[in-house]
Amino acid sequence: MRAAARSARPAGRGHQRARNLVRLGLSPHRWDHLIALAGNPNVGKTTVFNALTGLRQHTGNWPGKTVVRAEGAFLHDGRRVKVVDLPGTYSLHAGSADEEVARDFVLFGQPDVTVVVVDAMRLERNLNLVLQILEITDRVVVCLNLVDEARRHGITVDANGLERELGVPVVPTVARRNEGIDALLRAATDVATGARRNQPHRIGSQPAAVEEAVDAIEPLVAAEFPELSNARWVALRLLNADERVTEAVRSGEIGRLVGNGAPVALSGSMRGAPERSGEADSEGVLKGTSAADARGDIPKGRARILQAATRHRWTLRPGFHDALAENLYHEAARIAEASVRRGSAGAGASLDRGLDRWLTSRVFGFPLMLGVLAVVFWLTIAGANVPSAMLATLLIDNLHPALLSFGESAGMPWWMSGFLFDGVYLATAWVVSVMLPPMAIFFPLFTLLEDFGYLPRVAFNLDSLFRRAGAHGKQALTMSMGFGCNAAGVVATRVIDSPRERLIAVITNNFSLCNGRWPTQILIATIFIGALVPPHLAGVVSAGAVVGIAVLGIAFMFLTSWGLSRTVLKGEATTFSLELPPYRPPRVLQTLYTSVIDRTLIILWRAVLFAVPAGAVIWLLSNIDVGGATLAAHGIGFLNPFGLLLGLNGVILLAYVIAIPANEIVIPTVLMLTVLSLGTPELGAGAGVMFESESMGEMEGLLRAGGWTLLTGVNLMLFSLLHNPCSTTIYTIYKETRSRRWTALSALLPLVMGFVVCFLVAQVWRLVGG
Amino acid sequence: MPDPRLALLIFFVLVALAAAVLWPARGILARLRRISRLTERVRMEDVLKQLYKLEYDRLPATTESVAGGVQIPQSQAVRLLQRLEEKRLVTGAAARFRLTDAGRAQALHIVRTHRLWEKFLADRTGTAPEEWHEQAEEREHLISVSEADALAAALGHPVYDPHGDPIPTAGGEMPARSGVPLTSLEPGERGLITHLEDEPEEIYRELVGLELGLMAPVERLKGEAGRVHFRTGERRYEVSSALARNITVEPSTEVADPGWSRTLADVPPGESATVAAISPVCRGPARRRLLDLGVVPGTVVHARMRSAAGDPVAYDIRGAVIALRREQAVHILVSGIPVGGRAS
Repeated sequence: MRAAARSARPAGRGHQRARNLVRLGLSPHRWDHLIALAGNPNVGKTTVFNALTGLRQHTGNWPGKTVVRAEGAFLHDGRRVKVVDLPGTYSLHAGSADEEVARDFVLFGQPDVTVVVVDAMRLERNLNLVLQILEITDRVVVCLNLVDEARRHGITVDANGLERELGVPVVPTVARRNEGIDALLRAATDVATGARRNQPHRIGSQPAAVEEAVDAIEPLVAAEFPELSNARWVALRLLNADERVTEAVRSGEIGRLVGNGAPVALSGSMRGAPERSGEADSEGVLKGTSAADARGDIPKGRARILQAATRHRWTLRPGFHDALAENLYHEAARIAEASVRRGSAGAGASLDRGLDRWLTSRVFGFPLMLGVLAVVFWLTIAGANVPSAMLATLLIDNLHPALLSFGESAGMPWWMSGFLFDGVYLATAWVVSVMLPPMAIFFPLFTLLEDFGYLPRVAFNLDSLFRRAGAHGKQALTMSMGFGCNAAGVVATRVIDSPRERLIAVITNNFSLCNGRWPTQILIATIFIGALVPPHLAGVVSAGAVVGIAVLGIAFMFLTSWGLSRTVLKGEATTFSLELPPYRPPRVLQTLYTSVIDRTLIILWRAVLFAVPAGAVIWLLSNIDVGGATLAAHGIGFLNPFGLLLGLNGVILLAYVIAIPANEIVIPTVLMLTVLSLGTPELGAGAGVMFESESMGEMEGLLRAGGWTLLTGVNLMLFSLLHNPCSTTIYTIYKETRSRRWTALSALLPLVMGFVVCFLVAQVWRLVGG
Repeated sequence: MPDPRLALLIFFVLVALAAAVLWPARGILARLRRISRLTERVRMEDVLKQLYKLEYDRLPATTESVAGGVQIPQSQAVRLLQRLEEKRLVTGAAARFRLTDAGRAQALHIVRTHRLWEKFLADRTGTAPEEWHEQAEEREHLISVSEADALAAALGHPVYDPHGDPIPTAGGEMPARSGVPLTSLEPGERGLITHLEDEPEEIYRELVGLELGLMAPVERLKGEAGRVHFRTGERRYEVSSALARNITVEPSTEVADPGWSRTLADVPPGESATVAAISPVCRGPARRRLLDLGVVPGTVVHARMRSAAGDPVAYDIRGAVIALRREQAVHILVSGIPVGGRAS
């Protein structure tokens, strides 16, 4: 009977779903099965996703209100399968943006099957989410992941017993070693095609008052939407005043959504098949609903449901949500109890405890942490030197002249080859050669530590420090990531799941001296500060000055976090929790692959996108003459008084304005502009051609000729720390926060601080130094 | 190059000026905004709201009671009431004022908006409880009826505000107040807190300071006259009866004493305890997160280890290791170690 009711409007469902999916941020490409991947955070959901799609995911995605985290596609038995990775959530009560995305997708996206990844070691907590999903849809397969880890900790889960309890397939897997993925795929296909019908477990009884209200509403829902397989859940959501469900009842959409949908007709329109016989039918259905909505008089049955829900809501106590959560957990505990067997705690548990005893110890915790971080930074700096120099030789010393001579032989006019090769190409080459090697070393190392489980312990140890500044312990991680690249650090703040603390981490990430700024610091410190002391001490002193600036950055980070949490961010919601996952042996190759793809290349691509126009602008400014001087010269003249007031100069300020896309090109731009303003082209490489000299002495001579003093050097170091983030980072902040206000604040706050600090230093310097 | 002394002087003068203008709450800008907000319309809406409250509490609406409630001079109250009469929002006879149907509808909108904002501030933001009422007082005059409806929908059509006052529906339905003041419980009687008064401010601040929450079970204890002794769980309170009259409870014989003895923060690493309740003071997203993590009554929690800095502490909760800060742990009330209870 069910099947008959459904096949009456096949294309209508397909249409509806297509529209919903587009609204949910999924491109309506062709596929045969749509798999949604749900689960708690940190259960290896992404590993399952990678194992399923064979790492062929499309990663150009960012989380947000409507955007799904990642989607990937593959062929299985000649069928096109699309997998959508939903945000990791602890529940589906639509309390946070992530939960809303996940819930909306499972309910309104109507995936052919929802695969819930659960952690075998923490079954009880994970079952809480499984039970909630089973309330919404029957088409569920449970992926019992990390069974190896559980075994190491002396925990075995009876998958068959669990399958009987839940009424849906349960497939044990070790996704990181690809074990059980085939079985998972078979089970998912069986459910998706309808070859297997589930009889899912549903929460039986609710607390008495809730039960009474649900009993009153359920028959009304069932009468209005006879094809609905779970009227009780709808009734409960209505009592909870779930806006989306209420809306779906009002429009009648709910009748076509919830329950064990028919597999055959569902994806009809998605396959791109012409709407054959169903067309007229579907049009009719759609017109019917929209017309009713437009008139504003919804059918009596539906109105009666909504009225009853409103009426009964008054009878429920404010603590009603607590009671529901309690109920779910009691059920989860019962099921877990029945299917989990605990042996004597395995070797894994005692190893974990042993490691934790050392790594979080009062005595050794902090020294160990500093040691590990020092090694990571040392490896990055030492390891990046060689490939950076090689890339620079290849791209700047060899390819650049080759391109110029190619332009000449091809008969390009000077301005064209200048614009293309001196402007656009050189800026891009500079960014790539300075940026790529350190990121390609730093990010994999960092990801390995994350994978192993050490980074959460770092957050755990440092949390009390960050708490006092109103921030989250995990900000220690995003801050460290910022030393590699601020844009990557901003993306990394996704691990902070509390809204206020996440914003603080985003806004203050710029105070981590990113690797684009280290070369500036080192160069200026060597030229101006190293020169103050005898030569045998110069190296140590200038290195100390750079470290001092980095530490000053951390101090500013804490100060700003503290200030923000007490002023503009005072009202943002905060929900602290920090999960400490068990230690896992890191997977070196996979980490290398994903961190290079995920973090390094995406960031590099963005930087290049911004560097291309910057190179063009720099070249044009230096080559377009207006009234006898280049635009750059006008700019320098205009900014110079202000620059001098700040203890800087017009060249530096103009360089920071036009080199906003990447801090890497600030020094080359400064040198080029200095040559330009001195009017001594024989020293440089030509108007608009960025350069850096092999010899420190040559650069020092040039800068001193440009009027630089020790004060200029010190203030440039300070300003390099305290100025607006590069445009890649600003863009990333906008993508992550989706708010112009917070983006503007994160861009302007450090800039204003930089102006103030430089100004004060300059005035006091002049006052004291005469 | 300007003289550095002069430059610094100008800088500090500018900073001082900026501070004087922009300083939150006390700056010139904030003061100007406050004054411009207190327009005639806002005053009249406040008077309507006060009339509605008097009507709801079945108290007589005289010029004095209105002026006292809105905290304005009587002369101003008289003038405002006259203007309202001209607008046919209020009728007056024999020094008793009554709302007309139109006036009641407008008053209900203000009351509804106020309580919705309070609910919003409590549940969706990290605003401190002391500031809910004050901020809602401002915001209640700023939105239209349809905007209030949208706010209600976004909050899930809440039924009670964080103080336990019912929020009228868009149609104006609102249940009559139930419950009795805490002072009318006999020693030994128990009840659930259903309302905490939010006006006047001094009383409200004192109540916030007690960290009581809605739906907390209370038991009146014996004590000397003029003072009210009561407890929720093991926490004992002694307050003046004037203050206790502002706590409304619903007497109930079914209120079970959950036997709270301490909070999770008191459980030393290596020991276990059973969750009895989450304190009603912990609310909104923070509370939901704890529930989602499995901190529900009956959950056995094992304190595993302290961080290197002492806080937070990692707990085994439903099989997972979760670090909670001390400020969260004090909101989780626990009973002693369960017999045969097993952690993790």
